[in-house]
Amino acid sequence: MLRAALPLLGLPLAGAGATEEPTQEPGSPGEPPPGLALFRWQWHEVEAPYLVALWILVASLAKIVFHLSRKVTSLVPESCLLILLGLVLGGIVLAVAKKAEYQLEPGTFFLFLLPPIVLDSGYFMPSRLFFDNLGAILTYAVVGTLWNAFTTGAALWGLQQAGLVAPRVQAGLLDFLLFGSLISAVDPVAVLAVFEEVHVNETLFIIVFGESLLNDAVTVVLYKVCNSFVEMGSANVQATDYLKGVASLFVVSLGGAAVGLVFAFLLALTTRFTKRVRIIEPLLVFLLAYAAYLTAEMASLSAILAVTMCGLGCKKYVEANISHKSRTAVKYTMKTLASCAETIIFMLLGISAVDSSKWAWDSGLVLGTLFFILFFRALGVVLQTWVLNQFRLVPLDKIDQVVMSYGGLRGAVAFALVILLDRTKIPAKDYFVATTIVVVFFTVIVQGLTIKPLVKWLKVKRSEHHKPTLNQELHEHTFDHILAAVEDVVGHHGYHYWRDRWEQFDKKYLSQLLMRRSAYRIRDQIWDVYYRLNIRDAISFVDQGGHVLSSTGLTLPSMPSRNSVAETSVTNLLRESGSGACLDLQVIDTVRSGRDREDAVMHHLLCGGLYKPRYRYKASCSRHFISEDAQERQDKEVFQQNMKRRLESFKSTKHNICFTKSKPRPRKASRKKKDGMANMEATNGKPPRDLGFQDTAAVILTVESEEEEDSDSSETEKEDDEGIIFVARATSEVLQEGKVSGE
Amino acid sequence: MALCGTVSKENFNNIPDLELNPIRSKIVRAFFDNRNLRKGPGGLADEINFEDFLTIMSYFRPIDSTMDEEQVQLCRKEKLRFLFHMYDSDSDGRITLEEYRNVVEELLSGNPHIEKESARSIADGAMMEAASVCVGRMEPDQVYEGITFDDFLKIWQGIDIETKMHVRFLNVETIALCH
Repeated sequence: MLRAALPLLGLPLAGAGATEEPTQEPGSPGEPPPGLALFRWQWHEVEAPYLVALWILVASLAKIVFHLSRKVTSLVPESCLLILLGLVLGGIVLAVAKKAEYQLEPGTFFLFLLPPIVLDSGYFMPSRLFFDNLGAILTYAVVGTLWNAFTTGAALWGLQQAGLVAPRVQAGLLDFLLFGSLISAVDPVAVLAVFEEVHVNETLFIIVFGESLLNDAVTVVLYKVCNSFVEMGSANVQATDYLKGVASLFVVSLGGAAVGLVFAFLLALTTRFTKRVRIIEPLLVFLLAYAAYLTAEMASLSAILAVTMCGLGCKKYVEANISHKSRTAVKYTMKTLASCAETIIFMLLGISAVDSSKWAWDSGLVLGTLFFILFFRALGVVLQTWVLNQFRLVPLDKIDQVVMSYGGLRGAVAFALVILLDRTKIPAKDYFVATTIVVVFFTVIVQGLTIKPLVKWLKVKRSEHHKPTLNQELHEHTFDHILAAVEDVVGHHGYHYWRDRWEQFDKKYLSQLLMRRSAYRIRDQIWDVYYRLNIRDAISFVDQGGHVLSSTGLTLPSMPSRNSVAETSVTNLLRESGSGACLDLQVIDTVRSGRDREDAVMHHLLCGGLYKPRYRYKASCSRHFISEDAQERQDKEVFQQNMKRRLESFKSTKHNICFTKSKPRPRKASRKKKDGMANMEATNGKPPRDLGFQDTAAVILTVESEEEEDSDSSETEKEDDEGIIFVARATSEVLQEGKVSGE
Repeated sequence: MALCGTVSKENFNNIPDLELNPIRSKIVRAFFDNRNLRKGPGGLADEINFEDFLTIMSYFRPIDSTMDEEQVQLCRKEKLRFLFHMYDSDSDGRITLEEYRNVVEELLSGNPHIEKESARSIADGAMMEAASVCVGRMEPDQVYEGITFDDFLKIWQGIDIETKMHVRFLNVETIALCH
């Protein structure tokens, strides 16, 4: 079985460095048989997996070494370094073993190396951005690729007719068209590798990247069609074959997308039921996505499209259904696999280039190809952009066009396709291989190296990393609704109308079917952003020390406050302002338990009662017992109170807690600040009933209800009523203690 | 649309698709808001004629690439002002916490499982965020009244509004055809 696997892995059976087993063959008859061997060298049995592991290890070590030098990695994209490393390694292997051992085998490439990368990009594709720019992406992918293929092929043929290509390159028009089709496709791996380091603005990135993914269908179709035409012989091609070619384009692309969507549906549906078997969730995601790839590959449809659609389609539901840990597991595993695959691809590209038996050089062809792909891509981009700008909201300006044409990188897909050519049918294969190698190397190395300075020089709009803010999310939703409404009013069924319709459909049918019930209930984008912000704030709060010391010297033991980075997170506001409370972050734990529910309910009620909008009232009591003129930052109490409330409210909603009255369980108040209660008593003579409550989860929130405007207290009083009922007892207890310690 | 040349609020209620929109009441109000119609500092008109309708629509015009920087800024300001008026329902020039809460509640009204409390917390959180952006660190005595229009602009700084407030069919110069 291992032997069978070896050719698949492209490893020579003769094994590099395979050594013979040192066990002695039975000697000449008559000699006694050898004794038990203490140590046996079992290379053959572990050869295949060992070599695979070794290659991956070499690739990873190479990455580590590269990143040791910051200067190098900021100048040179990783893909360049890897290709160069591959060249070096290939040279070594060649010198040692006198023949080229490891190649980029198309089988390995298409079955094992490409799927992780495509899956990773499909799953993490920003779907909103993708669909907003879908028109542009499709135009470039379909029309652009066709244009590139035909013009390059025809131009090369013209070059041959003109005699600039040596006649030993025996290729007809069809051969050149075939070559044009495989060399003209923008490669997703290369684009990702290079653009990842450049950080252009998202629109630009999504257009180039989307194009590189979606043009797979076109490439596949063109390649197959041209290949079969070549096999049939150009004389036998009939008109119906051309029509069939065009039809197959639709079949391949739409079929691939359909396969992807079917698997996305299956995946979403399956994850709905994995509540008790959480451990297999990441496995399911990978398996079904990979199955989509293989199914499409089996049916000769566009496998890349299938995986992309699968990732795009299932993400929303899967993310809602699977547990938090699974989500992290999926994310990291995908990134690891993709990164690993990418590294191996580039290294193997470098190594494969060294084997000169596979290629033959022709200067005219090589130089011609290089020139034509650059020229025709630029021309194609300009023409298409001009047409697209008539319809786009935000037009693509000249600088964008430059980046787009320069960023059309070719990569391993082209190489794999050219290796797949049949030499008997296409005698010029070797020349094509050489040309492809040069083109790929040129685009990855030269273009990869220069694109960063180019982007800087042209002052391309870079990606702005906005931290997600609640306000932004709210406004975006408002805008969506406004625009949809305006379109409704005018009766124009535009983009927003259809998006709105889709969201309604999704909410009513799809989400109900595919999402777990608990996830479905509170599925809402505003809510998600809010939740994530809370978690982020809370985590950063803990990270920064948990205990926060107020800036005026007070006798509380805590860690020195560190200067935090200027962020608009609430936690940092709390910290900077020096409020001295700490939140009990066990509250964030989303594990359901009776205790949690109880606490949540209690907190909820308390907080509901406690909060006064800081925008109207001043909280005039401070947390510690200090003299009246030293005003503490009481308003910051309100911040923290609000923060607490946010935590509570989302937590209780998440667990679908309804208001029940329960006794508070006094928590271990390790950080109870009893002074606050005493002070509160001291600064206002009101009975504790109306005052702030003690939050038994070790957060002292003492906003008193002495209002400047009585009318507004009515709102609070309603909530006060609920809260007071069960807290009064505890309050008095604490007050007593407080009185003692506060003096 | 009514045949008499004006439109009132009831006509808007007859649009079936608008039913599904969670903030439809605010949107309908926006059409009749005197501030948007440039007829006064506040209050609602009872009816609008076609010219008023187009005035409202003009807020959704695309930002022309031939405009210079100043015009672009002006255009952007107008669009943001439209949004501001939508939030500021009592026309006092500030978005107070109550008004903000109202907006969030309406936005989340489509989802029956999110309680009012959560909506309020979200609004509070958003308000705090806004306060921190607009005013930064605040003194203990300072009270944040509400978001003024300038604060609102500050929140929106850097965020691209061109793609967000633009209806495609308005690429035609309809306003000029009015008279």
